[in-house]
Amino acid sequence: MSLLQSTQFRPDPSANATRRALIRTWPEFQNPAAWLVALILVIMPLIANGFFLIEIFATTLILGIIALSLMFLAGYGGMVSLMQLTIAGFAGYMVAVFGMSGNANISLGWPWWLATPMALALATLFGTLGGALAVRTEGIYTIMITLAIGAAFYYFTNQNWAIFNGHTGINTVATPHFWGVDWRSDIAFYYVTLGVAAICYFAVQHVSRAPFGLALQGVRDNSRRMAALGFDPNAHRIAAYAFAAFIAALGGVLQVWNYRQISPGSVSVGACIDVLIIAVVGGITRPIGPFIGALIFVLLRTFALDVLIKFGLDGNRFRLLIGLGFLAIVFWSSDGVIGLWERWRRRNASPTQRSGGGRLG
Amino acid sequence: MARFIERHPAWALIVIIAVAVLLWLVFAIWPPGLEAAIGRKRVFLNAVLNGITLGGLYFLVASGFTLIFGLMRNVNLAHGSLYLFGGYIGYAVSTWTGSWILSFIVAFIAVALVGVILQLAVFRRMEGQDLRQTMVTIGLSIVFADLMLWVFGGDFYQVQTPAWLIGPVQLPLLTAIKSSGEPVYLQYPLVRLVIFLASVVIGVAMWLALNRTRIGMIVRAGVDDRDILAATGVRIQLVFVLVFALGAGLAGIAGVVGGTFQSLSPGEDTRFLLASLVVVIVGGMGSIPGAALGAVIIGLAEQLGSVYIPTYAIVVTFLIMVLVLAVRPQGLLARR
Repeated sequence: MSLLQSTQFRPDPSANATRRALIRTWPEFQNPAAWLVALILVIMPLIANGFFLIEIFATTLILGIIALSLMFLAGYGGMVSLMQLTIAGFAGYMVAVFGMSGNANISLGWPWWLATPMALALATLFGTLGGALAVRTEGIYTIMITLAIGAAFYYFTNQNWAIFNGHTGINTVATPHFWGVDWRSDIAFYYVTLGVAAICYFAVQHVSRAPFGLALQGVRDNSRRMAALGFDPNAHRIAAYAFAAFIAALGGVLQVWNYRQISPGSVSVGACIDVLIIAVVGGITRPIGPFIGALIFVLLRTFALDVLIKFGLDGNRFRLLIGLGFLAIVFWSSDGVIGLWERWRRRNASPTQRSGGGRLG
Repeated sequence: MARFIERHPAWALIVIIAVAVLLWLVFAIWPPGLEAAIGRKRVFLNAVLNGITLGGLYFLVASGFTLIFGLMRNVNLAHGSLYLFGGYIGYAVSTWTGSWILSFIVAFIAVALVGVILQLAVFRRMEGQDLRQTMVTIGLSIVFADLMLWVFGGDFYQVQTPAWLIGPVQLPLLTAIKSSGEPVYLQYPLVRLVIFLASVVIGVAMWLALNRTRIGMIVRAGVDDRDILAATGVRIQLVFVLVFALGAGLAGIAGVVGGTFQSLSPGEDTRFLLASLVVVIVGGMGSIPGAALGAVIIGLAEQLGSVYIPTYAIVVTFLIMVLVLAVRPQGLLARR
């Protein structure tokens, strides 16, 4: 659209105004790199084989969606929630419980188009309630309360056999199959995750510039002033939790379709912390950060073993590598990889203006 | 106490009734109807004692956590790792030298040293940045967990209980009366009682140190307002290092205790991190009496829960946390 208009002989002013408004709302549309990335993602099935498509890219997108929900809360709301993976896992469990799976005595056998919305709704409710609990205290307490919720859910899934089937979890979860397409086949599933990830990305981007998102950022920066202006800080925070919970739930549904099983291991404390690592390493000031972080994380997780062995080191020390990398990022860049990249670019090129967005804390 | 009753008569009444019921359940001989409804009294008494002694262990872990938080506003999510590290050190020392007491001393010193290094090398550089400190502790907990897995593997270890503490002891608590009229008393492992007494002693000593000594006064002042304290000329960095060392050392001792009570394996660090989080949320951040109260409540809830509603035990613990957050978000015994 922008190309078209620039070749017009005499652009009429109203179209020009809408174009400027569009660019102001979606600055990505001006960036050729963004178009290139989008194009590569769309034609990915032509380039990559099934392993890369699912194990690397679909997994990256799913983890990115879950980390995106954390990025939204942390970046725009200043609330670092460690329970986003728990919400995702809850959604996955609900898909397995309401839908069809190998554990017939637990699963209710609903069709996917009924089980999925149910799972999304319940997980959003779960996340909203958890958020309502977490906003009763402020700042650093949020991390503790959400971590406690996440850990409690993990131990609960381990203990409970009636609903969650204990530590074995629920296996061979059915995946959707309609219009003659098996939506869990590699290429179809890749496009499903890509579509959901794109929707979530643009939704977060949009909300961050909508009145609600701006008010949320105001609450983050100075909640007392916002309260004095007539906003209800806690209502905004809880609404942010609800929105983030829905995104995390989408990621969780995709995750359970991806692995076709869910067990307490998927909602362990370590996995909850991984989501934080992904978001922080990628950068929690912009929605693209979690996806970059997820790509780095998945690549490391998949290839660290081979690389470490190639260098004559112990291949099992993957988590050590992750931990040290995370520490390095926290020490040297409060803005993750994006921050490093931006600093590098600013040093090399002419100083560009920083786009407004979230910030740490 | 009197003020609490004055201000919250309803709550005070509930607490008094709950304590009275608990005391009656512990000391009375149960009527047959009650035994039929909820099982033998011996099971109940064992669960209560296990809960209280577990509370002692939780107190040891959580008091260090709450002390570090109270003074330095540092949510040390690597506290569970310090616990596990202390446990492994204690195991290594006790198998090497055969001395149980020595393992406590070495674990305390070793883990306190780790705490000193952490405070000097890491946290001092990012003072006042709560979130960044917390992130660093998360990173450290991952690194520590993997290093310990590397060195000690995934096996279960148990610290050997010394010979003079092995075996049960008879408590003056009636569990039942035999048909011959002979009273039956409760048998309980001596080591758990000794460890519980030790944690009570440590708790009282900490309370005395905090409330009756000069250094304790400095620490309490720092909890209230560390900027003003620094402005009065106290060498606050030294106090920070001391408190971090003490908190970490307590976690190390708790690790040896946990290794004797239960066992040590990867994953225990998260378990005890969760326990201290919940204890501190329930009791109140930065409050030592709060940590003691929270630890006993959570220990009891966990043990009674796992006896009477096994598959929902963790939910009880969690519900207590939710209830406290809903009614008194700052924690039961916190001032703010």
